[in-house]
Amino acid sequence: MNMKVNLAGVELNNPVMEASGTFGSGAEYGEFVDLNRLGAVVTKGVANVPWPGNPTPRIAETYGGMLNAIGLQNPGIDVFASRDIPYLKHYDTKIVVNVCGKSTEDYIEVVERLGDEPVDLLEINISCPNVKEGGIAFGQDPKAVEAITKACKAHAKQPVIMKLSPNVTDITVMAKAAEAGGADAISLINTLTGMKIDVNRRTFALANKTGGLSGPAIKPVAVRMVYQAAQAVKLPIIGMGGIMNSEDALEFILAGATAVAVGTANFHNPYATVEVIDGIAAYMEKNGIEDINSLIGAVR
Amino acid sequence: MAKVKETARVICQEQLAEGVYSMWLDTTTISAQALPGQFISLYSHDGSRLLPRPISLCEIDPEGEAVRIVYRVAGKGTEEFSHYDAEDMVDILGPLGNGFPIKAAEGKKILLMGGGIGIPPMLAAFQAVKGEKAAVLGYRDSQMFLKNEFEELGKVYVATEDGSFGTKGNVLDAVRQNRLEAEMIFACGPTPMLRAIKDYAAQKGIVCYLSLEEKMACGIGACLACVCQSKEMDEHSHVHNKRVCKDGPVFLAEEVEI
Repeated sequence: MNMKVNLAGVELNNPVMEASGTFGSGAEYGEFVDLNRLGAVVTKGVANVPWPGNPTPRIAETYGGMLNAIGLQNPGIDVFASRDIPYLKHYDTKIVVNVCGKSTEDYIEVVERLGDEPVDLLEINISCPNVKEGGIAFGQDPKAVEAITKACKAHAKQPVIMKLSPNVTDITVMAKAAEAGGADAISLINTLTGMKIDVNRRTFALANKTGGLSGPAIKPVAVRMVYQAAQAVKLPIIGMGGIMNSEDALEFILAGATAVAVGTANFHNPYATVEVIDGIAAYMEKNGIEDINSLIGAVR
Repeated sequence: MAKVKETARVICQEQLAEGVYSMWLDTTTISAQALPGQFISLYSHDGSRLLPRPISLCEIDPEGEAVRIVYRVAGKGTEEFSHYDAEDMVDILGPLGNGFPIKAAEGKKILLMGGGIGIPPMLAAFQAVKGEKAAVLGYRDSQMFLKNEFEELGKVYVATEDGSFGTKGNVLDAVRQNRLEAEMIFACGPTPMLRAIKDYAAQKGIVCYLSLEEKMACGIGACLACVCQSKEMDEHSHVHNKRVCKDGPVFLAEEVEI
Protein backbone atom coordinates (compact mmCIF):
# COMPACT_ATOMS: atom_id res chain seq x y z
CA MET A 1 0.00 0.00 0.00
CA ASN A 2 1.46 3.36 -1.01
CA MET A 3 0.71 6.51 0.98
CA LYS A 4 3.53 8.57 -0.52
CA VAL A 5 2.54 11.64 -2.48
CA ASN A 6 4.55 14.09 -4.53
CA LEU A 7 3.94 17.70 -3.62
CA ALA A 8 5.60 20.13 -6.04
CA GLY A 9 8.58 17.79 -6.46
CA VAL A 10 8.89 16.94 -2.78
CA GLU A 11 8.02 13.39 -1.78
CA LEU A 12 5.98 13.13 1.43
CA ASN A 13 5.78 9.82 3.31
CA ASN A 14 2.04 10.42 3.59
CA PRO A 15 -0.27 13.29 2.68
CA VAL A 16 -0.94 14.46 6.25
CA MET A 17 0.55 17.58 7.81
CA GLU A 18 -0.79 20.05 10.33
CA ALA A 19 -2.02 23.54 9.58
CA SER A 20 0.24 26.51 10.26
CA GLY A 21 -0.31 28.19 13.60
CA THR A 22 -1.95 25.25 15.34
CA PHE A 23 1.24 23.33 16.08
CA GLY A 24 4.00 25.85 16.85
CA SER A 25 7.17 24.43 15.35
CA GLY A 26 6.27 20.95 16.53
CA ALA A 27 8.05 20.91 19.90
CA GLU A 28 4.91 21.13 22.05
CA TYR A 29 2.95 18.48 20.13
CA GLY A 30 6.09 16.33 19.92
CA GLU A 31 5.24 15.37 23.52
CA PHE A 32 2.08 13.68 22.20
CA VAL A 33 2.81 12.48 18.68
CA ASP A 34 5.86 11.07 16.92
CA LEU A 35 6.70 13.83 14.45
CA ASN A 36 8.44 11.24 12.26
CA ARG A 37 5.00 9.97 11.34
CA LEU A 38 3.81 13.22 9.75
CA GLY A 39 4.12 13.78 6.01
CA ALA A 40 5.37 17.26 6.86
CA VAL A 41 5.44 19.74 9.70
CA VAL A 42 4.15 23.19 8.75
CA THR A 43 5.52 25.86 11.06
CA LYS A 44 3.78 28.83 12.59
CA GLY A 45 4.14 31.90 10.35
CA VAL A 46 7.54 33.55 10.58
CA ALA A 47 8.35 37.15 9.64
CA ASN A 48 11.60 39.03 9.10
CA VAL A 49 11.47 40.44 12.66
CA PRO A 50 9.63 39.35 15.85
CA TRP A 51 5.92 40.22 15.91
CA PRO A 52 4.14 40.60 19.28
CA GLY A 53 0.67 39.68 17.96
CA ASN A 54 -2.68 41.03 19.13
CA PRO A 55 -4.02 41.85 22.62
CA THR A 56 -5.97 39.16 24.50
CA PRO A 57 -8.53 37.63 24.46
CA ARG A 58 -7.21 36.13 21.26
CA ILE A 59 -9.63 33.21 20.93
CA ALA A 60 -13.29 32.39 21.40
CA GLU A 61 -15.14 29.14 20.95
CA THR A 62 -18.09 29.03 18.57
CA TYR A 63 -20.56 26.25 17.74
CA GLY A 64 -18.46 23.55 16.07
CA GLY A 65 -15.54 25.91 15.66
CA MET A 66 -13.43 28.67 17.11
CA LEU A 67 -12.35 32.19 16.28
CA ASN A 68 -8.75 33.22 16.65
CA ALA A 69 -6.99 36.54 16.33
CA ILE A 70 -3.48 35.66 17.48
CA GLY A 71 -2.04 38.19 15.04
CA LEU A 72 0.92 36.08 13.93
CA GLN A 73 3.02 36.41 17.06
CA ASN A 74 6.40 34.98 16.09
CA PRO A 75 10.07 35.26 17.04
CA GLY A 76 11.30 36.41 13.63
CA ILE A 77 13.52 34.57 11.18
CA ASP A 78 16.78 34.80 13.20
CA VAL A 79 15.52 32.91 16.25
CA PHE A 80 13.43 30.62 14.06
CA ALA A 81 16.39 29.63 11.88
CA SER A 82 18.73 29.03 14.81
CA ARG A 83 16.24 27.18 17.05
CA ASP A 84 13.22 25.74 15.25
CA ILE A 85 14.78 24.46 12.03
CA PRO A 86 17.55 22.50 13.84
CA TYR A 87 14.87 21.02 16.13
CA LEU A 88 12.78 19.83 13.19
CA LYS A 89 15.83 18.40 11.41
CA HIS A 90 15.98 15.71 14.09
CA TYR A 91 12.90 14.17 12.54
CA ASP A 92 12.31 12.20 9.37
CA THR A 93 9.64 14.53 8.07
CA LYS A 94 9.50 17.34 5.54
CA ILE A 95 9.64 20.95 6.75
CA VAL A 96 7.22 23.53 5.38
CA VAL A 97 7.93 27.05 6.63
CA ASN A 98 4.99 29.44 6.67
CA VAL A 99 6.16 32.94 5.74
CA CYS A 100 4.35 36.15 6.69
CA GLY A 101 5.08 39.80 6.09
CA LYS A 102 3.70 43.32 6.13
CA SER A 103 5.18 44.25 2.76
CA THR A 104 6.55 42.50 -0.31
CA GLU A 105 10.04 43.33 0.92
CA ASP A 106 9.33 41.58 4.26
CA TYR A 107 8.25 38.39 2.48
CA ILE A 108 11.26 38.47 0.18
CA GLU A 109 13.66 38.97 3.10
CA VAL A 110 12.35 35.82 4.83
CA VAL A 111 12.22 33.82 1.60
CA GLU A 112 15.83 34.73 0.84
CA ARG A 113 16.99 33.89 4.37
CA LEU A 114 15.36 30.48 4.07
CA GLY A 115 17.10 29.80 0.78
CA ASP A 116 20.19 28.40 2.49
CA GLU A 117 18.29 26.61 5.25
CA PRO A 118 17.46 22.89 5.11
CA VAL A 119 13.73 23.35 4.64
CA ASP A 120 11.69 21.64 1.94
CA LEU A 121 8.86 23.99 1.00
CA LEU A 122 7.76 27.56 1.66
CA GLU A 123 4.14 28.40 2.34
CA ILE A 124 3.44 32.09 1.72
CA ASN A 125 0.71 33.36 4.02
CA ILE A 126 -1.30 35.93 2.05
CA SER A 127 -4.49 35.14 3.89
CA CYS A 128 -4.21 35.94 7.59
CA PRO A 129 -7.32 37.95 8.50
CA ASN A 130 -5.90 39.18 11.82
CA VAL A 131 -3.15 41.60 10.87
CA LYS A 132 -3.71 45.13 9.63
CA GLU A 133 -0.95 45.13 7.05
CA GLY A 134 0.09 42.31 4.75
CA GLY A 135 -1.69 39.02 5.26
CA ILE A 136 -5.10 39.01 3.67
CA ALA A 137 -4.49 42.34 1.92
CA PHE A 138 -2.29 40.40 -0.51
CA GLY A 139 -4.80 37.60 -0.89
CA GLN A 140 -8.01 39.33 -1.91
CA ASP A 141 -6.88 40.97 -5.13
CA PRO A 142 -5.82 38.70 -8.00
CA LYS A 143 -3.23 41.21 -9.27
CA ALA A 144 -1.67 41.35 -5.78
CA VAL A 145 -1.73 37.54 -5.52
CA GLU A 146 0.07 37.20 -8.83
CA ALA A 147 2.59 39.91 -7.97
CA ILE A 148 3.52 38.56 -4.53
CA THR A 149 3.74 35.04 -5.95
CA LYS A 150 6.13 36.25 -8.67
CA ALA A 151 8.21 38.17 -6.14
CA CYS A 152 8.54 35.18 -3.83
CA LYS A 153 9.29 32.80 -6.69
CA ALA A 154 12.03 35.10 -7.99
CA HIS A 155 13.87 34.85 -4.65
CA ALA A 156 12.96 31.34 -3.46
CA LYS A 157 15.21 28.31 -3.67
CA GLN A 158 12.47 25.98 -2.44
CA PRO A 159 9.09 25.30 -4.07
CA VAL A 160 6.52 27.95 -3.17
CA ILE A 161 3.03 27.21 -1.87
CA MET A 162 0.60 30.15 -1.83
CA LYS A 163 -1.88 29.94 1.04
CA LEU A 164 -5.20 31.31 -0.15
CA SER A 165 -7.98 33.07 1.72
CA PRO A 166 -11.60 31.90 1.51
CA ASN A 167 -12.71 35.50 2.08
CA VAL A 168 -13.06 36.14 -1.66
CA THR A 169 -15.88 36.13 -4.17
CA ASP A 170 -14.37 33.45 -6.40
CA ILE A 171 -11.56 31.19 -5.16
CA THR A 172 -10.73 30.05 -8.71
CA VAL A 173 -9.68 33.61 -9.64
CA MET A 174 -7.13 33.62 -6.81
CA ALA A 175 -5.94 30.07 -7.59
CA LYS A 176 -5.40 31.07 -11.23
CA ALA A 177 -3.57 34.24 -10.15
CA ALA A 178 -1.20 32.14 -8.01
CA GLU A 179 -0.66 29.79 -10.94
CA ALA A 180 0.01 32.73 -13.28
CA GLY A 181 2.55 34.06 -10.78
CA GLY A 182 4.45 30.78 -10.95
CA ALA A 183 3.36 29.12 -7.69
CA ASP A 184 4.36 25.48 -7.29
CA ALA A 185 1.32 24.64 -5.15
CA ILE A 186 -1.55 26.26 -3.33
CA SER A 187 -2.98 25.60 0.11
CA LEU A 188 -6.53 26.38 1.13
CA ILE A 189 -8.46 27.40 3.01
CA ASN A 190 -7.20 29.81 5.64
CA THR A 191 -9.82 30.90 8.18
CA LEU A 192 -13.09 32.68 7.39
CA THR A 193 -13.38 36.13 8.96
CA GLY A 194 -15.93 36.08 11.76
CA MET A 195 -17.11 37.85 14.89
CA LYS A 196 -18.55 36.86 18.26
CA ILE A 197 -20.25 39.16 20.72
CA ASP A 198 -20.35 38.46 24.45
CA VAL A 199 -23.93 39.37 25.34
CA ASN A 200 -23.29 39.40 29.09
CA ARG A 201 -20.40 41.85 28.91
CA ARG A 202 -21.89 43.54 25.81
CA THR A 203 -18.57 43.60 24.06
CA PHE A 204 -16.62 41.71 21.41
CA ALA A 205 -15.41 38.28 22.48
CA LEU A 206 -12.03 39.02 20.86
CA ALA A 207 -9.91 42.08 21.60
CA ASN A 208 -9.35 42.32 17.84
CA LYS A 209 -13.16 42.43 17.30
CA THR A 210 -12.90 40.02 14.35
CA GLY A 211 -11.07 36.73 14.07
CA GLY A 212 -10.59 33.76 11.81
CA LEU A 213 -13.18 30.99 12.03
CA SER A 214 -11.84 27.44 11.91
CA GLY A 215 -12.95 23.97 12.90
CA PRO A 216 -15.54 21.51 11.57
CA ALA A 217 -18.09 24.30 11.07
CA ILE A 218 -16.16 25.49 7.99
CA LYS A 219 -15.35 22.10 6.44
CA PRO A 220 -18.05 22.02 3.73
CA VAL A 221 -16.96 25.48 2.54
CA ALA A 222 -13.36 24.29 2.43
CA VAL A 223 -14.14 21.07 0.53
CA ARG A 224 -16.16 23.06 -2.02
CA MET A 225 -13.30 25.55 -2.54
CA VAL A 226 -10.67 22.82 -2.87
CA TYR A 227 -12.87 21.11 -5.47
CA GLN A 228 -13.35 24.38 -7.41
CA ALA A 229 -9.64 25.21 -7.29
CA ALA A 230 -8.72 21.68 -8.40
CA GLN A 231 -10.93 22.12 -11.47
CA ALA A 232 -9.46 25.54 -12.24
CA VAL A 233 -5.69 24.99 -11.96
CA LYS A 234 -3.12 22.25 -12.49
CA LEU A 235 -1.23 23.03 -9.29
CA PRO A 236 -1.12 20.49 -6.46
CA ILE A 237 -3.34 21.52 -3.56
CA ILE A 238 -2.96 21.17 0.20
CA GLY A 239 -6.53 20.98 1.46
CA MET A 240 -7.53 22.10 4.93
CA GLY A 241 -10.39 23.57 6.91
CA GLY A 242 -12.08 21.69 9.73
CA ILE A 243 -10.47 18.26 9.30
CA MET A 244 -11.24 16.34 12.50
CA ASN A 245 -10.67 12.75 11.35
CA SER A 246 -9.61 10.57 8.44
CA GLU A 247 -13.03 10.68 6.78
CA ASP A 248 -12.79 14.48 6.63
CA ALA A 249 -9.26 14.23 5.22
CA LEU A 250 -10.42 11.76 2.55
CA GLU A 251 -13.15 14.19 1.46
CA PHE A 252 -10.45 16.76 0.67
CA ILE A 253 -8.30 14.20 -1.17
CA LEU A 254 -11.26 13.00 -3.23
CA ALA A 255 -12.10 16.65 -4.00
CA GLY A 256 -8.63 17.12 -5.46
CA ALA A 257 -6.14 17.73 -2.66
CA THR A 258 -2.72 16.07 -2.96
CA ALA A 259 -2.09 16.62 0.74
CA VAL A 260 -4.15 17.69 3.74
CA ALA A 261 -3.54 19.72 6.88
CA VAL A 262 -5.07 19.14 10.31
CA GLY A 263 -5.51 22.36 12.27
CA THR A 264 -8.04 23.12 14.98
CA ALA A 265 -8.49 19.38 15.62
CA ASN A 266 -5.11 19.40 17.39
CA PHE A 267 -6.67 21.49 20.17
CA HIS A 268 -9.53 19.02 20.50
CA ASN A 269 -7.27 16.00 20.35
CA PRO A 270 -3.47 16.30 20.46
CA TYR A 271 -3.20 12.92 18.73
CA ALA A 272 -5.43 14.03 15.79
CA THR A 273 -2.69 14.07 13.13
CA VAL A 274 -1.54 10.48 13.63
CA GLU A 275 -5.12 9.27 14.04
CA VAL A 276 -5.92 10.80 10.61
CA ILE A 277 -2.91 8.97 9.09
CA ASP A 278 -3.93 5.66 10.66
CA GLY A 279 -7.53 6.19 9.58
CA ILE A 280 -6.57 6.82 5.95
CA ALA A 281 -4.45 3.65 5.98
CA ALA A 282 -7.35 1.66 7.42
CA TYR A 283 -9.72 3.05 4.75
CA MET A 284 -7.31 2.08 1.99
CA GLU A 285 -6.88 -1.41 3.45
CA LYS A 286 -10.63 -1.91 3.83
CA ASN A 287 -11.39 -0.70 0.31
CA GLY A 288 -8.47 -2.44 -1.40
CA ILE A 289 -6.80 0.78 -2.51
CA GLU A 290 -3.15 0.20 -3.42
CA ASP A 291 -2.09 3.78 -4.01
CA ILE A 292 -3.39 6.91 -2.35
CA ASN A 293 -2.67 8.82 -5.54
CA SER A 294 -5.61 7.01 -7.15
CA LEU A 295 -7.91 8.84 -4.73
CA ILE A 296 -6.69 12.36 -5.46
CA GLY A 297 -9.47 14.21 -7.28
CA ALA A 298 -11.33 10.94 -7.87
CA VAL A 299 -14.70 12.60 -7.33
CA ARG A 300 -15.58 14.85 -10.21
CA MET B 1 7.36 14.55 33.20
CA ALA B 2 4.99 13.91 30.37
CA LYS B 3 1.66 15.48 29.62
CA VAL B 4 -1.02 13.04 28.51
CA LYS B 5 -4.61 12.97 27.42
CA GLU B 6 -6.41 10.29 29.37
CA THR B 7 -9.94 9.21 30.14
CA ALA B 8 -10.74 9.82 33.79
CA ARG B 9 -13.57 8.36 35.87
CA VAL B 10 -15.67 10.65 38.01
CA ILE B 11 -15.38 9.38 41.59
CA CYS B 12 -17.86 11.83 43.06
CA GLN B 13 -19.25 15.30 42.57
CA GLU B 14 -20.99 17.71 44.92
CA GLN B 15 -22.19 21.27 44.85
CA LEU B 16 -20.32 23.50 47.34
CA ALA B 17 -22.05 26.84 46.73
CA GLU B 18 -24.26 28.49 44.14
CA GLY B 19 -22.69 27.54 40.79
CA VAL B 20 -19.58 26.03 42.45
CA TYR B 21 -18.91 22.31 42.16
CA SER B 22 -16.31 19.89 43.51
CA MET B 23 -15.36 16.82 41.49
CA TRP B 24 -12.87 14.04 42.26
CA LEU B 25 -11.42 12.31 39.20
CA ASP B 26 -9.76 8.92 39.13
CA THR B 27 -6.73 9.27 36.88
CA THR B 28 -3.50 7.35 36.67
CA THR B 29 -0.76 9.17 34.82
CA ILE B 30 -1.88 12.73 35.51
CA SER B 31 -2.44 12.54 39.26
CA ALA B 32 0.81 10.64 39.82
CA GLN B 33 2.83 13.64 38.62
CA ALA B 34 0.61 16.66 39.31
CA LEU B 35 1.83 19.60 41.43
CA PRO B 36 -0.06 22.32 43.33
CA GLY B 37 -0.79 25.25 41.01
CA GLN B 38 -0.94 23.09 37.90
CA PHE B 39 -4.16 22.58 35.96
CA ILE B 40 -5.91 20.07 33.76
CA SER B 41 -8.09 20.64 30.69
CA LEU B 42 -11.43 18.86 30.47
CA TYR B 43 -13.02 17.97 27.13
CA SER B 44 -16.77 18.29 26.68
CA HIS B 45 -18.81 15.25 25.62
CA ASP B 46 -20.53 17.55 23.11
CA GLY B 47 -18.49 17.62 19.88
CA SER B 48 -19.74 21.12 19.04
CA ARG B 49 -17.57 22.37 21.92
CA LEU B 50 -14.09 21.79 20.56
CA LEU B 51 -11.86 23.40 23.13
CA PRO B 52 -11.00 21.81 26.46
CA ARG B 53 -11.72 23.83 29.61
CA PRO B 54 -8.65 24.60 31.74
CA ILE B 55 -9.39 24.07 35.45
CA SER B 56 -6.88 24.29 38.30
CA LEU B 57 -6.19 21.39 40.63
CA CYS B 58 -7.73 21.86 44.07
CA GLU B 59 -6.28 18.70 45.58
CA ILE B 60 -3.88 15.99 44.50
CA ASP B 61 -4.29 12.58 46.08
CA PRO B 62 -1.01 11.78 47.91
CA GLU B 63 -1.26 8.20 46.60
CA GLY B 64 -1.23 9.64 43.07
CA GLU B 65 -4.49 8.07 42.03
CA ALA B 66 -6.92 10.98 41.89
CA VAL B 67 -7.23 14.74 41.54
CA ARG B 68 -9.91 17.12 42.70
CA ILE B 69 -11.19 20.14 40.82
CA VAL B 70 -13.44 22.84 42.22
CA TYR B 71 -14.88 25.05 39.51
CA ARG B 72 -17.58 27.62 38.84
CA VAL B 73 -20.16 27.14 36.09
CA ALA B 74 -19.21 29.88 33.67
CA GLY B 75 -20.68 28.63 30.39
CA LYS B 76 -22.06 25.60 28.57
CA GLY B 77 -18.94 23.48 29.02
CA THR B 78 -18.71 23.82 32.79
CA GLU B 79 -22.52 23.53 32.95
CA GLU B 80 -22.16 20.11 31.30
CA PHE B 81 -19.43 19.06 33.76
CA SER B 82 -21.67 20.04 36.69
CA HIS B 83 -24.14 17.32 35.66
CA TYR B 84 -21.61 14.49 35.73
CA ASP B 85 -22.25 11.73 38.25
CA ALA B 86 -19.99 9.13 39.80
CA GLU B 87 -18.76 6.59 37.21
CA ASP B 88 -19.17 9.03 34.28
CA MET B 89 -16.05 9.27 32.12
CA VAL B 90 -14.36 12.45 30.94
CA ASP B 91 -11.27 13.04 28.79
CA ILE B 92 -8.66 15.23 30.42
CA LEU B 93 -5.29 16.65 29.40
CA GLY B 94 -2.57 17.29 31.92
CA PRO B 95 -0.83 17.99 34.10
CA LEU B 96 -0.42 21.44 32.55
CA GLY B 97 1.56 24.51 33.57
CA ASN B 98 4.32 25.00 36.10
CA GLY B 99 2.75 25.13 39.59
CA PHE B 100 3.69 27.08 42.73
CA PRO B 101 7.33 27.01 43.92
CA ILE B 102 6.55 24.99 47.06
CA LYS B 103 10.22 24.36 47.89
CA ALA B 104 11.07 28.06 47.71
CA ALA B 105 8.47 28.69 50.42
CA GLU B 106 10.10 26.30 52.89
CA GLY B 107 11.03 28.00 56.17
CA LYS B 108 9.39 31.25 55.04
CA LYS B 109 6.48 33.07 56.61
CA ILE B 110 3.95 32.65 53.82
CA LEU B 111 0.49 34.00 53.05
CA LEU B 112 -1.71 32.17 50.56
CA MET B 113 -4.42 34.39 49.12
CA GLY B 114 -7.38 33.23 47.07
CA GLY B 115 -10.27 35.24 45.70
CA GLY B 116 -13.50 33.69 44.42
CA ILE B 117 -12.89 30.79 42.08
CA GLY B 118 -9.16 31.49 42.58
CA ILE B 119 -9.50 29.87 46.02
CA PRO B 120 -9.44 26.17 44.95
CA PRO B 121 -5.82 25.99 43.70
CA MET B 122 -4.68 27.59 46.95
CA LEU B 123 -5.94 24.54 48.88
CA ALA B 124 -3.44 22.21 47.17
CA ALA B 125 -0.70 24.77 47.83
CA PHE B 126 -1.79 25.18 51.47
CA GLN B 127 -1.54 21.41 51.92
CA ALA B 128 1.93 21.30 50.42
CA VAL B 129 3.74 24.31 51.92
CA LYS B 130 5.68 23.73 55.12
CA GLY B 131 6.40 26.39 57.69
CA GLU B 132 4.55 29.36 59.12
CA LYS B 133 1.54 29.67 56.85
CA ALA B 134 -1.82 31.39 56.81
CA ALA B 135 -4.57 31.60 54.21
CA VAL B 136 -6.55 34.71 53.31
CA LEU B 137 -9.74 33.92 51.42
CA GLY B 138 -11.96 36.44 49.66
CA TYR B 139 -15.61 35.63 48.97
CA ARG B 140 -18.56 37.57 47.55
CA ASP B 141 -20.82 36.63 50.46
CA SER B 142 -21.29 34.03 53.17
CA GLN B 143 -21.23 31.09 50.71
CA MET B 144 -17.70 30.28 51.85
CA PHE B 145 -16.84 27.13 49.90
CA LEU B 146 -13.70 25.22 51.02
CA LYS B 147 -13.24 27.46 54.11
CA ASN B 148 -13.55 24.52 56.54
CA GLU B 149 -10.97 22.54 54.62
CA PHE B 150 -8.46 25.40 54.82
CA GLU B 151 -9.13 25.72 58.56
CA GLU B 152 -8.09 22.08 59.09
CA LEU B 153 -4.65 22.97 57.74
CA GLY B 154 -3.82 26.27 59.41
CA LYS B 155 -4.85 29.78 60.28
CA VAL B 156 -7.49 31.26 57.96
CA TYR B 157 -8.63 34.88 57.53
CA VAL B 158 -11.73 35.72 55.53
CA ALA B 159 -12.94 38.79 53.68
CA THR B 160 -16.42 39.06 52.16
CA GLU B 161 -17.49 41.74 49.70
CA ASP B 162 -20.85 42.15 51.42
CA GLY B 163 -19.35 42.07 54.92
CA SER B 164 -21.45 39.08 55.93
CA PHE B 165 -18.39 37.35 57.43
CA GLY B 166 -14.88 38.38 58.47
CA THR B 167 -13.46 41.60 57.10
CA LYS B 168 -15.76 43.59 54.81
CA GLY B 169 -13.88 44.07 51.56
CA ASN B 170 -11.17 42.12 49.79
CA VAL B 171 -8.24 39.92 50.81
CA LEU B 172 -5.91 42.90 51.26
CA ASP B 173 -8.42 44.55 53.58
CA ALA B 174 -8.26 41.36 55.67
CA VAL B 175 -4.45 41.44 55.60
CA ARG B 176 -4.42 45.03 56.85
CA GLN B 177 -7.13 44.57 59.46
CA ASN B 178 -5.37 41.55 60.93
CA ARG B 179 -1.89 43.14 60.58
CA LEU B 180 -0.65 40.07 58.73
CA GLU B 181 2.99 39.94 57.71
CA ALA B 182 4.73 37.71 55.22
CA GLU B 183 8.01 36.99 53.51
CA MET B 184 6.27 35.30 50.60
CA ILE B 185 2.81 35.41 48.98
CA PHE B 186 1.09 32.90 46.69
CA ALA B 187 -2.16 34.20 45.16
CA CYS B 188 -4.88 33.35 42.67
CA GLY B 189 -8.03 35.28 41.85
CA PRO B 190 -9.55 37.95 39.62
CA THR B 191 -7.06 40.21 37.82
CA PRO B 192 -7.91 43.39 39.81
CA MET B 193 -7.18 41.47 43.03
CA LEU B 194 -3.90 40.13 41.67
CA ARG B 195 -2.91 43.61 40.49
CA ALA B 196 -3.53 45.00 43.99
CA ILE B 197 -1.57 42.14 45.60
CA LYS B 198 1.30 42.73 43.18
CA ASP B 199 1.45 46.42 44.19
CA TYR B 200 1.16 45.54 47.90
CA ALA B 201 3.99 42.99 47.68
CA ALA B 202 6.20 45.44 45.78
CA GLN B 203 5.66 48.15 48.41
CA LYS B 204 6.42 45.77 51.26
CA GLY B 205 9.27 44.00 49.51
CA ILE B 206 7.54 40.61 49.70
CA VAL B 207 8.35 37.85 47.19
CA CYS B 208 5.05 37.20 45.43
CA TYR B 209 3.83 34.54 43.02
CA LEU B 210 0.56 34.97 41.11
CA SER B 211 -1.48 32.37 39.23
CA LEU B 212 -3.02 33.93 36.10
CA GLU B 213 -5.94 33.01 33.90
CA GLU B 214 -6.55 33.57 30.17
CA LYS B 215 -8.64 32.06 27.38
CA MET B 216 -6.78 29.01 26.04
CA ALA B 217 -6.99 26.70 23.06
CA CYS B 218 -4.18 24.12 23.09
CA GLY B 219 -3.14 24.39 26.77
CA ILE B 220 0.42 23.25 25.94
CA GLY B 221 2.13 26.36 24.57
CA ALA B 222 1.66 25.91 20.85
CA CYS B 223 -1.19 28.20 19.80
CA LEU B 224 -0.12 31.44 21.54
CA ALA B 225 -3.70 32.35 22.52
CA CYS B 226 -3.16 32.79 26.27
CA VAL B 227 -0.28 35.23 26.49
CA CYS B 228 0.39 37.86 29.14
CA GLN B 229 2.83 40.73 28.94
CA SER B 230 6.11 40.02 30.69
CA LYS B 231 9.02 42.17 31.82
CA GLU B 232 11.61 39.67 30.67
CA MET B 233 11.94 38.51 27.08
CA ASP B 234 9.79 35.41 26.63
CA GLU B 235 11.55 32.25 25.62
CA HIS B 236 9.20 31.43 22.73
CA SER B 237 8.76 34.55 20.60
CA HIS B 238 11.18 37.04 22.24
CA VAL B 239 8.42 39.68 22.33
CA HIS B 240 7.66 39.95 26.09
CA ASN B 241 4.61 37.71 25.80
CA LYS B 242 4.71 34.77 28.19
CA ARG B 243 2.32 31.87 27.69
CA VAL B 244 0.00 31.46 30.67
CA CYS B 245 -0.52 27.75 29.91
CA LYS B 246 3.14 26.79 29.63
CA ASP B 247 5.38 29.50 31.14
CA GLY B 248 2.70 29.93 33.87
CA PRO B 249 0.05 29.91 35.10
CA VAL B 250 2.19 30.82 38.15
CA PHE B 251 4.48 33.80 37.63
CA LEU B 252 6.71 35.87 39.87
CA ALA B 253 4.55 39.00 40.28
CA GLU B 254 7.23 41.45 39.15
CA GLU B 255 7.64 39.39 35.97
CA VAL B 256 4.19 40.12 34.56
CA GLU B 257 2.33 43.27 33.52
CA ILE B 258 -1.24 42.74 34.63
